[in-house]
Order: sequence, then C-alpha cells, then structure tokens
Amino acid sequence: MAAPKKAAASTAQDKTDGGSPPEFTREQELKALRDMLLIRRFEEKAGQLYGMGAIGGFCHLYIGQEAVVVGMQMALKPGDQVITGYRDHGHMLATGMEANGVMAELTGRRGGYSKGKGGSMHMFSKEKHFYGGHGIVGAQVSLGTGLAFANHYRDNDNVSVTYFGDGAANQGQVYESFNMAELWKLPVIYVIENNRYAMGTSVSRASAQQDFSKRGASFNIPGQQVDGMDVRAVKAAGDEAAAWCRAGKGPFILEMQTYRYRGHSMSDPAKYRTREEVEKVRHDQDPIEQVRNRLLAAKVSEQDLKAIDAEVRDIVNASADFAQHDPEPDAAELWTDIYR
Amino acid sequence: MPIQVLMPALSPTMEKGNLSKWLKKEGETIKSGDVIAEIETDKATMEVEATDEGTLGKILIPEGTADVAVNTPIATILADGESAADLAKAPAPQQKAAESAAPAAAKAEAPAPKAAPAAQAVAEPDPEVPAGTEMVTQTIREALRDAMAEEMRRDADVFVMGEEVAEYQGAYKVTQGLLQEFGAKRVIDTPITEHGFAGIGVGAAMSGLKPIVEFMTFNFAMQAIDQIINSAAKTLYMSGGQMGCSIVFRGPNGAASRVAAQHSQDYSSWYSNVPGLKVVAPFSAADYKGLLKAAIRDPNPVIFLENEMLYGHTGEVPKLDDFVIPIGKARIVRSGSHVTIISWSNGMSYALKAADELAKDGIEAEVIDLRTLRPMDTETIVNSVKKTGRAVTVEEGWAQSGVGAEIAARIMEHAFDYLDAPVTRVSGKDVPMPYAANLEKLALPSAAEVVEAAKAVCYR
Repeated sequence: MAAPKKAAASTAQDKTDGGSPPEFTREQELKALRDMLLIRRFEEKAGQLYGMGAIGGFCHLYIGQEAVVVGMQMALKPGDQVITGYRDHGHMLATGMEANGVMAELTGRRGGYSKGKGGSMHMFSKEKHFYGGHGIVGAQVSLGTGLAFANHYRDNDNVSVTYFGDGAANQGQVYESFNMAELWKLPVIYVIENNRYAMGTSVSRASAQQDFSKRGASFNIPGQQVDGMDVRAVKAAGDEAAAWCRAGKGPFILEMQTYRYRGHSMSDPAKYRTREEVEKVRHDQDPIEQVRNRLLAAKVSEQDLKAIDAEVRDIVNASADFAQHDPEPDAAELWTDIYR
Repeated sequence: MPIQVLMPALSPTMEKGNLSKWLKKEGETIKSGDVIAEIETDKATMEVEATDEGTLGKILIPEGTADVAVNTPIATILADGESAADLAKAPAPQQKAAESAAPAAAKAEAPAPKAAPAAQAVAEPDPEVPAGTEMVTQTIREALRDAMAEEMRRDADVFVMGEEVAEYQGAYKVTQGLLQEFGAKRVIDTPITEHGFAGIGVGAAMSGLKPIVEFMTFNFAMQAIDQIINSAAKTLYMSGGQMGCSIVFRGPNGAASRVAAQHSQDYSSWYSNVPGLKVVAPFSAADYKGLLKAAIRDPNPVIFLENEMLYGHTGEVPKLDDFVIPIGKARIVRSGSHVTIISWSNGMSYALKAADELAKDGIEAEVIDLRTLRPMDTETIVNSVKKTGRAVTVEEGWAQSGVGAEIAARIMEHAFDYLDAPVTRVSGKDVPMPYAANLEKLALPSAAEVVEAAKAVCYR
C-alpha cells in the first residue's frame, strides 16, 4: 500500500513536520508575499463591500488560507487546471484572473467574469484554466477528476488541481472519484484544504478519520499532510505531487492544514470557536507575516515591502471602484448563455 | 414420463431467440447443471442448463433455428428406464424443464407487453429524408450503435463511458462492437458509480471533450442528477457563456417489463423542466439514429431518453452517409382532421394503435411524435390543434406536473379559441409501478384508453 508519507500533527497550531521546507529564493519570497497580500487585501475589501450592501448573497472569504493557493500555483505549469468549491476568490486571483473582473462579479456587474450571472461562487476563466467556482459541496471533485481524465485522454502533460475542504471530504462522490482516478491513473492533485471547520462543525465532530491525507488509503492513493500556513511547504509538496502525476503514477492527495480567520460566510457569527483560538493562529502562524519576517531578516528593506503593499492596495482599490461603477448587466442578458 | 425442455426466456423482455448450438447429442446422458445448448437473443448468447437428469431423447428444434418463441419445446429428456418409445408420451409444454442463468424469466402466463412495430404505419413522409433514398431495416439497438460509431469515426473527441459498455458489449447490447473498433481508450467501462462518472464526464466536457455517458437505466441516473443539472445544465449560464458542456447522457428510460417501481420510472418531465438541457425521446429507428447523431454534435448537454421495450424493434433507416435529424422538431406521422394525438417515445405505440382503431369508427386522428421534449416544437402542436380543435396527450409517465400537462398549457396559451373540447391526458397511473403482470398493465397507458379519450373529446 502506498501509505501516507508522514503522520504529522492534526491541527495547524501544533504542526511539527520534522524539518524546514526548502528555502525560497528572494524572488520567490517576494512573489509569494505579493500574491498572498493581493488575496488578503482583496478579501478584506470584499468583506467591506458586503457590509455596505454592494455585494449580495453568499460571500465566503479566504483570509488565513492564502499560502495554500499561492504555494500550489508556484508548483504548476501553463495549462494545468484549477477547480474549487465556493470559497474561490483566492484561487482565481492566484491563477492570474483580474481583480476587476472578480470584484465586478461579486457586485453583479456586466464586467464580471460571468457578466454578473454567476456571483461569488460561480466564476470561470477558460484563458487561465480556472474551471470554477462550484456551489455544491464536493461536486468539483468529480469535475476536477474529469479535467484530469481529459488530460489523460489527450495524453498531455498537464495536471488538474482539485481543491476541496474538510467538509466536502465527507461527500460520497469524492470517493467514487478517488476510485476511478487511481484505477485509470489520472493526473489529479486532490488538495484538501483542512481549515478545521465545515461551516460551524469542527473536524472532530464530523470526521471519523481526521487525518485527511489517509482518505485515499483504501484506493492506494498516496497522501501527505502539509503545513498549509507555510507557503514554502505548500510549494514543496505541490512540486512532489505534480511530479508524481506527470510521471503517470495517478492521483495524489495533499492535506493542507490551514485556518480561516473569518466566519464560514459573511453571515456567520462564528460562535463555534473562541476568539482566542483565532488570535493565536493569527499571531503564531500567519502565512503572510511568516514571509514578511523572513524577508526582513534577509535585509529586505521596509521600504521595499511597503512598495508591494502600495501596489496591491492600488489594484484592490481600483477593482472596488470598477465594481461599484460598472453598470449592471443589460436586461437582455437574462436570456443569453442558456444554450450555445 | 419424458420431460420436455422448453425455450427459456433469458431476460424480462425476451419473446424469441435463436437456437444456435446443441452441446449434447441425442442419447447422451444429462446431469442437472449440464449446459445442453446455446441460445442467442438480440442481446446476448446464453447457455441453457439442464435442471433434470436423464438421457437426451430427442432434439425437437435443430441448431441454427432462428426466432424460436419462448416456451416452445426444444427437446425431450428421458428418465431412467425410459426409451425412445416413450417419447410419444411427452406431456404438453410445462414450465420447469429448462431454466437459464438469467434472472427471473417472464413465463407463458405473463408475456412481455408487446409494443406495436416501431412507426411502421407512418403515413406522412419524413421531410428529413430526400425522396428516393434507399432504406435499410435495422433494430433501434443497431441504429443507436451506428449513430455512435459514425460520430466516433468523425470526431476523436467523442468517447463513450458507462457501466458494461465495453467488454460486456453493453448491458442492452447497444454499444456492441464499439470496443473492438475504437479501443479501451474511447469505450470505457466504469465502476458502478453513477454520481462519480457523470461528474467526470461533465468535467471532461468542460475541457472540450464530447462524452457520451450511458446510464444502464435512467433510474440509476438519479444518483447523478446533481451533476447533470447543477454542473452540466447551468455552467454555461453561470460562466457568462464562457464554459459550456457538450455531453450526451443516454440510456433506457421508463418502464421495461416486470421490473417494478425502482426500475420503471419515466423521467421525461424531470429533465424537460430544466433550462440548459435539451431532452430527446424518439420512437422510430430512423429518429433514434438521426437524433443521437445530432445530440452528440450538439454543443449543449443533451438527455437522450431511450426505451428498452423498443430496442429490439425494427424500422426503416435511411441509407445516407450522414443522416442527422435536427433537435427540436416534432413530426406528424399520421395526418388526420378530427383529433390531434401527441406523444413521444413508447407512448407512440399506444397512439398509433389507437389511431388505427379510431379510423375504423370514422375518426381520423392526426398523430404527432414530439421526438424532442425540450425545446418543445409548440408550433407543430398548435398548428395541428388549430386544424382539429381537439387534443389528447399520451405519456407513460405520471400526469401530475407531466409533459402532457405542459402540452395542454401551451395549447391553451396559443390555441384556446380553436379548442372544441378540453385537452385530455392519457398517462401512467398515479402509483409506483407494480410488479404483478396484470397490475403493471393497468398502471401503463393503453391504446384503449387513448381511443376512449379521443372519442370523448370528439363527443362520440
């Protein structure tokens, strides 16, 4: 049996992985910092716009989990597909989708990626190989396996990175997909973002097997637990998983041990955990602060880091401005894009 | 007394088969469980095992005989001490002589419901077929297979996946020969995992491939309906037109024969309720072929509802290099002026039979085969009703929120002033499908009910 590589601690807080991940180059550190900051500032702005009533419906913020998508994206190559569930803004920005288009979709405007018809949970970009944005918990796992099927069918060298949460990991179709992915040796990396709560239900209250890296064990799919708060660890694990897939060895599971700082959605008062718990993760493990501290220790100037902050703030402010001034979709759009 | 071996029924819908081979000779000793013969149906070749012991006395049906009806005596077995001289004493056909490895066979007292030959009584020429086109006689099963094979030859992005589609040659033999021609990369056996493989199919379609996903029956597709509706049907809209899904979900839908409630549901109204899906449910062999080819080429998700009772039926299929029937067009298969009967799929067998009966009483029914349920060809329905002033819908599914209800509403919206009588629905009864043969028959619509409804709207 291809056993999980290591059994690390079960929570993000007391993660001990027995060795530091490979160091980043300065360029990698700066890129990771910039990309993670973009997601955080974008999400903070989205939360603000939601509070103002500019964004409706459900809005699930990614704050705290930034290292996962940014680290994974650094392990990918052009043409690799990304698909995820409803907490998807970070994934879109990480694949290079424009902040303006994402924010305008959140506000339901014609310049949004889905012309305002998809909203927060349903956005796509064929150009960036981002396949959504899916609102049904777990559905993206079969779909992402299908993307891998297409790579296999076309005999190309791409992998499908299929993200889902600790909650979706209990859905039946996940295991149907695992079975076929391993049976047919499909190039798919299943990234389980374990942020410790499926809406308000903690992992310990919902999952019989809380080590998600072992969830593929009965299908012989190897898995690994990863410190999802350390972007370097994420990239290293992503590199390993991608190499496995590209070598034709089938799927690979990465359990990213991470944490979401905000509620499940904007309307979640988060009574299921203490303020102290959140503060401790923020203080001890924040993925952005980790990179910033390493850069400062490596004598990058405060000035240079502030320049990155400023650049990111400009992008986010411009997107908020665009998303509030772009017109709503034309009424005729109600009847388009049903068939082609 | 010698025991008669009868032609066994090897599936719920089998009515006859070919006796392809005898594996025992006259005079040979037979033990219970011995394979004595091979029988070929249009679906499969099956072995016949002896359930009685003795000596094979006489072979009554020689090997190579085609179309042997179920329950025909095919041989006699002599018990210990009996000789050929006892053969004359063989009893009238009895039930227990031979059994097959197949599940519960339909017996003589419960013959499989027999549908009318597929669209043989077509009065109106098919406008899609050029005059003078040579026709070939094919089963619907063969027409479906040819449609898939032709499209797979034409486009390397088309592939078939589903349970038993490859090595088994199809649970209903619809995919027969495809594995041999196209290989395991394009004809893919899946595990029994409808939700998962439907999702994999949709994901593959989102990246540009054109899957044909076979469900062994649409009853099992309820496991997968989230992927069909939430992922396949809605993504084009939710992506602002960026990401569509060219995929066909196909398989038998509705009642077969004696398979009871969980295997007999008609999903016509379920899928035709959903924008983003196209829903096709043909009746004739030619339509099965031409519409499946259109469905495979369509850039949208298409639900292709087949009917197991019709698979073995034959019809005339145009011999054309590329025979494609556009989705969304109904066809008037019989013209008349007194009443319009609207149906699709196997409902057409009741409709056409009823039209024959009505003609004997001087009522000329116009029979419309909808062929496509979404988009529905309202124009053809409305034009006919404007002519006849009366309409009867026929469906095997339930009446409540059914397709017949939808047709009735459209007629009211577009031809209310032309109606001389209320639109009347003939449908499956509002009960789960029962198993008992008599109850099953009662639960389904009948030609007699269609005749009765047509007469009622004609005030006759």
